[in-house]
Amino acid sequence: MIEQLRQTFREEADELLADLELALLELERSPGDEGLVDRIFRAMHTIKGSSAMFGFEGITSFSHEVETVLDLLREGRICVTKELVELVLSARDQIKAMLGAPGEAGETDLSRTGEIVAALHRVTGTAHPLTAAEESESADHRRPAETGAETTCTIRFRPDREIFLRGLSPAHILNELRELGECRVTVHTDQVPPLADLDPALCYLWWDVVLTTSQGIDAVHDAFLFVGEEGSVEIVASPAGEAVEPTVEEVGGSDGRALAAERDNGRESQRGISSIRVTADKLDQLINLVGELVTVQARLSQTSVLRNDAELVGLAEEVERLTAGLRDSALNIRMVPIGSTFSRFKRLVHDLAVELGKDVELVTAGAETELDKTVIEKLNDPLVHLIRNSIDHGIESPAVRLAAGKPARGTIHLSAVHSGDSVLVTIRDDGAGIDRAAVRARGAVKGLIPAGAELSEKETYNLLFMPGFSTAEAVTSISGRGVGMDVVKKGIDLLRGTVGITSSAGEGTAVTVRIPLTLAIIESLLVKIGTDCFVIPLSLVEECIELTRLDVARAHGRHLADVRGRIIPYINLRERFAIAGERPEIEQIVIADLEGKRVGLVVDHVIGEHQTVIKSIGRMFRGARGVSGATILGDGSVALILDVQQLVADEEQGDYAYAFPATAEFMAKEKPTYA
Amino acid sequence: MMSRTILAVDDSASIRMMVSFTLKESGYRVIEATDGVDGLDKLRGEAVDMVITDLNMPNMDGIDLVKGIRRNPDSRFTPVIMLTTESQDARKHEARAAGATGWITKPFHPEQLLAVVRKVLG
Amino acid sequence: MHEETVMEPSQYLTFTLGDEVFALDIGKVREVLDYTSVTRVPRTPEFMCGVINLRGNVVPVVDMRLKFGMPATEKGVNTCIIIVEVRVDDETTVLGAMADSVQEVLDLGPEQIEPAPRIGTKLNIDFIQGMGKHGEGFVMILNIDKVFSAGELAACEPDESEK
Repeated sequence: MIEQLRQTFREEADELLADLELALLELERSPGDEGLVDRIFRAMHTIKGSSAMFGFEGITSFSHEVETVLDLLREGRICVTKELVELVLSARDQIKAMLGAPGEAGETDLSRTGEIVAALHRVTGTAHPLTAAEESESADHRRPAETGAETTCTIRFRPDREIFLRGLSPAHILNELRELGECRVTVHTDQVPPLADLDPALCYLWWDVVLTTSQGIDAVHDAFLFVGEEGSVEIVASPAGEAVEPTVEEVGGSDGRALAAERDNGRESQRGISSIRVTADKLDQLINLVGELVTVQARLSQTSVLRNDAELVGLAEEVERLTAGLRDSALNIRMVPIGSTFSRFKRLVHDLAVELGKDVELVTAGAETELDKTVIEKLNDPLVHLIRNSIDHGIESPAVRLAAGKPARGTIHLSAVHSGDSVLVTIRDDGAGIDRAAVRARGAVKGLIPAGAELSEKETYNLLFMPGFSTAEAVTSISGRGVGMDVVKKGIDLLRGTVGITSSAGEGTAVTVRIPLTLAIIESLLVKIGTDCFVIPLSLVEECIELTRLDVARAHGRHLADVRGRIIPYINLRERFAIAGERPEIEQIVIADLEGKRVGLVVDHVIGEHQTVIKSIGRMFRGARGVSGATILGDGSVALILDVQQLVADEEQGDYAYAFPATAEFMAKEKPTYA
Repeated sequence: MMSRTILAVDDSASIRMMVSFTLKESGYRVIEATDGVDGLDKLRGEAVDMVITDLNMPNMDGIDLVKGIRRNPDSRFTPVIMLTTESQDARKHEARAAGATGWITKPFHPEQLLAVVRKVLG
Repeated sequence: MHEETVMEPSQYLTFTLGDEVFALDIGKVREVLDYTSVTRVPRTPEFMCGVINLRGNVVPVVDMRLKFGMPATEKGVNTCIIIVEVRVDDETTVLGAMADSVQEVLDLGPEQIEPAPRIGTKLNIDFIQGMGKHGEGFVMILNIDKVFSAGELAACEPDESEK
């Protein structure tokens, strides 16, 4: 059976190697293609992982070395060169040879693998061989039980309500604890709601366990391995004998007072984990220092690679790892639940509803969702405005609602949920929905679109966010204050967020705001025009493609690129920023996705990904268009952060063709030949 | 006791075989699927006690598979273990948020796989 | 008109722009840097050179010659950036002023300072705090807060001519 498995692995590896070869050859022709680099990296990564499982140790350690180099490539820390491609190709050939070797793998020409690894290090300026140790560490078996010494621990296990929905069963976990030793379990039912409110899919129970085990504390932690951060598990161990006996009475005595105190802390805090209050200033200072550290670290890494000093590179890598950890912890400290903001809105909704003679209920969800403190502060005003809009324009008066067969009381759902590196905040009402025809008509009246223009649903809603568009038919005291949705949009843009609307007539409107988790440090793409460096927030970047002189000529001077049959308008940043110098033969288009609208930014070179610590460029440059801030690069120079939304908005105002995709499509049709 | 059924989803035949072989040796019944779409298909006809899936797969990846599993009332509480070489936290969080139960990092030993299966199935 | 503000003997840093000598209240000066490469911010007025990295902070830099209507500074070994703290709208802002060279620190008593002449200088009269007597000639003492007042900074609206 084992040999059969190995044979299957060989066949699979052969396929992967064939694909790897193809991708490498393609990469040589288009060195800027990140998709290819990714494909190559993945193939090597899979070979490494699988070879370890089927006993091809030689291949595992060798492919690990190659993968380390490919990872540098993927991170943009080294560039694609002919030599590098050659080397990876020969590494690929070597793996193939190792696969075919009879008997135990890895018996093949060891000197050859050594040569290739050494050459890779030489070419990339990377260091000392990293062995596969760090990978196999996680694969290590559970530590042998520390027998002998008995430990008594008290465990408080408060699973998150949704634990069942992740396929976990608290009963299994408790059983596992019981197997470890003498175990006393107390269940708490104080969180169970009245039957009418009870959702059988949720877990309302929590437990206190006193466990005496000789299996070691790690075994106890292991039992909760998959519980994750969502729930809370607190394990306090003390050697047997001096075990504090938390009696059932005491535990059951999580009485009203204790619970109230816990709630005061804003969340269900755990025993033994105390919190301290610090002023926001101190936190800001910490973040600033971490920001500087990240910058210096980038510089250190760059310098160490240039020096080609293995020891220095090793140190730099260590510093990099520590810095990343420090950065994450520091940013995490600033994270606070959005709930405090939500609770303020209850009052707002109540007051507005009364003022407007409407009956509105606010339902919130996801109050525990955490966001950077400063983000939450700045999010307040846009949210207030959106909620006002919902009540003022969305929810109908009770009479109208009843006539439409809806409950007299309208509902506004306000929810927050994590999604990748952002948070989605949604405001959904069950009101009348947006009258698209009216919006279009108004857009035409205000001169924002030509009369009779065909607009998609999305384009129609985008009109709402344009300056000079006010939805208020009759000016009310609520929304008709001269501030429209454009202010909301601006506020959210400042947070580097996006906002989208969906609506259906008679059923209601949902506005979704997507906000990045933090404002202090972002991932970005570093690009170059002439001698100037710029960074583009990576969250916007979809892909990078080449723009050749021929492409430019074919488009007859229009700033349109053909990306796999799609016509994408682009902005030539060199022209836009009036940067002197010759355009290179082959330029790069960074394709940005702005809420579904694709726009290209033409630059000379794409350098790679960059960990960007955002700095303000100060009030003096407040008027500068298309730039939202600055960052300091590894060499100490300053690069500007592009405000892509603003660049595109300016372009749209300057050139009508870009404002409406419909026009671009029309132009595509009259585009000659190669369709 | 009736043997428990585990669905193993992976686009790599060798990994699928290895998972399947290991579990069968220990008395579990194993159904195999080659990607998320195939996995959801197989779930329709079978009562499955647990799913072990790869993260990166063509057609439908592990995260979307978890989402699909959680959407179906019949499988919304079924444990799903992710099997992958990606130890990146971002993907892990994504998978957790989608409802994945736990995680095994490749390469792993058969005993580790069994330990996790026992832990999750109780 | 500025007599009250200069009752005590004060120290001034002098610098040159072309062949004219200017002075700044030393209290406004944080430090003087050698010229370093400046990152230009696109589509801003020419006198705003761009931004530099000052120990981890991004600081804007202004070419004083252009600001005062002279030809642009030609970078030489003496070219320097004077880091000043200005108060604009009750907010302290740090920025760099590019000058041809820095001369010396002068002690000037109130009696050595005369009000700015209404005529005879090319500069906006509001920019000048007074004229300091120094040897044979005069130095123009700048009111740096006025030079970088909100109105002056607002002049950096996007330059449409570049489009």
